[in-house]
Amino acid sequence: MDTVVHFFRDIPLDLLLIQTVNGIVTGLILALIASGLTLIFGIMDVVNFAHGELFMLGAYVGILVIATTGNFWLALVFSSLIVAILGAIIQIATLRPLLGRDPLNTILATFGLSLILQNYALWQFGPISRKIDEPITAHFQLFYLEYPWYRMLMAFLSAAIIGALYAFLKYGKFGIWIRATTQDRVMAQAMGIPVPWVHTLVFALGAGMAAASGVLFAPMVGVNHTMGLDWVLKAFIVVVVGGMGNLGGSIAAAIFVSLLESYASIWVNPSQAVIVSFVVLILTLLFRPTGLFVPTPK
Amino acid sequence: MSLGADSTTPLVLVEDVHTYYGKSHILHGVTLQVAPGEVVGLLGRNGVGKSTTLKTIMGLVQPSHGSVLLDGNAITGLPPHKLARLGIGYVPEDRRIFRLLTVMENLRTGLDRHGVSEERKQALLDKAFKYFPRLAERRNQAGGTLSGGEQQMLAIARAMMLEPKIILLDEPTEGLMPRMVSQIREIIDVLHQEGVAILLVEQNVPLTLDASQRVYIMEKGAVRHHCAASEINVNDPVIKQYLGV
Repeated sequence: MDTVVHFFRDIPLDLLLIQTVNGIVTGLILALIASGLTLIFGIMDVVNFAHGELFMLGAYVGILVIATTGNFWLALVFSSLIVAILGAIIQIATLRPLLGRDPLNTILATFGLSLILQNYALWQFGPISRKIDEPITAHFQLFYLEYPWYRMLMAFLSAAIIGALYAFLKYGKFGIWIRATTQDRVMAQAMGIPVPWVHTLVFALGAGMAAASGVLFAPMVGVNHTMGLDWVLKAFIVVVVGGMGNLGGSIAAAIFVSLLESYASIWVNPSQAVIVSFVVLILTLLFRPTGLFVPTPK
Repeated sequence: MSLGADSTTPLVLVEDVHTYYGKSHILHGVTLQVAPGEVVGLLGRNGVGKSTTLKTIMGLVQPSHGSVLLDGNAITGLPPHKLARLGIGYVPEDRRIFRLLTVMENLRTGLDRHGVSEERKQALLDKAFKYFPRLAERRNQAGGTLSGGEQQMLAIARAMMLEPKIILLDEPTEGLMPRMVSQIREIIDVLHQEGVAILLVEQNVPLTLDASQRVYIMEKGAVRHHCAASEINVNDPVIKQYLGV
């Protein structure tokens, strides 16, 4: 017992707080990626394996916009719009014809898409990582750390975009259409809701959000054709832990998993801390396969 | 035996429709029609294809043979959302309320159509709330929290939001208390007076004979008998033959 008490007493409080901030910041970015993924799954029953490539494409389009305009914020807006339009085209061309087929068909289709987009990026931009400069370089003092303001801003913007998505879904005609279609696709159609177009809209929204997170996150990591893989793997974990298709659950799970990883990296190095995500995933699948953050099904 | 609407074009005409679920042949050439503003009952034992007939009209299942006409135009193969906009309202057997949407949002799924003015929307809502005051009280409650009878009312009110020419009503009184059943019976009359046609699938034979002008009786995926509702009563040999237990 004494050893346990000592173990926790020995963690410095400032380190704990720093890791809490880190966990929440990463969690919000992860939540932004995961909400697009979970939205698409919730409404279309499509597990979008190309989500990471939309994230990557967002970052590359961002680089192109910055190269022409020199403005990071313009890049954020235009990249989201362009990738959203691309998402709509992809949905109409590849997923709409597969509606109602076995889920395996859409898994293969999105997996194929991810390979095409990845190799297109490799062919166009080459294998060398590129960098987007942080639009804000200022730091502030967080205990003994020089903490970049950009990370705080990134977290804030992620939260703002997620908040905007919530408001969009909660109020207004399209939000009602999307939620109705998520709950009962057949009845939504019988009520005159143009379900095929609702699917296109949702896929475009998800793609735009992936692109936004790609641009936002690019200053922290290099931009290359495989940058989507790590993040989307994590986003998938979060979506499963949060309960497939449950937006609130995915956001909660993103922050929860990121916090756990952050705390774990007090003791182990960050690349080992990733194990925590997988442990949470396995435990969730074993004991609560419908997801951690959904009410118990009746 | 009259077809009811001889001179005018039928509102809905189902002609020799065959429908399959996978390999099982459900409808074996169903033919029926509903005149504008007419209430038509569709009777038969469980599993004879009554619900499938409604689903076929709604475009939820595609017939492999035969055609469905609305106002004389072929609508076979059109997606359900287009049919809803053309004036077919659907109230399914299991009600299929959007459980996580509020009562108001459930109604708005049918109300937020292109080209409906705010005044018109309000008028439609007022009408629904007049006939179903319970829904007005619960307008901000999630659909899933309503009782079975209230959900049935919501399902009917939701279909009314489309201002349909015809409502396909699938077993609206199933599992309801007698008081609710008489309320459903009343709303059928109200819709009839407003000139909305109804194709009513029911197990409740007395109610169907009372509410409808004509009835069709189905067996094994086809219409076996049809007549004016006033021509037969519950004890008729035809009823015994096709519906008796």
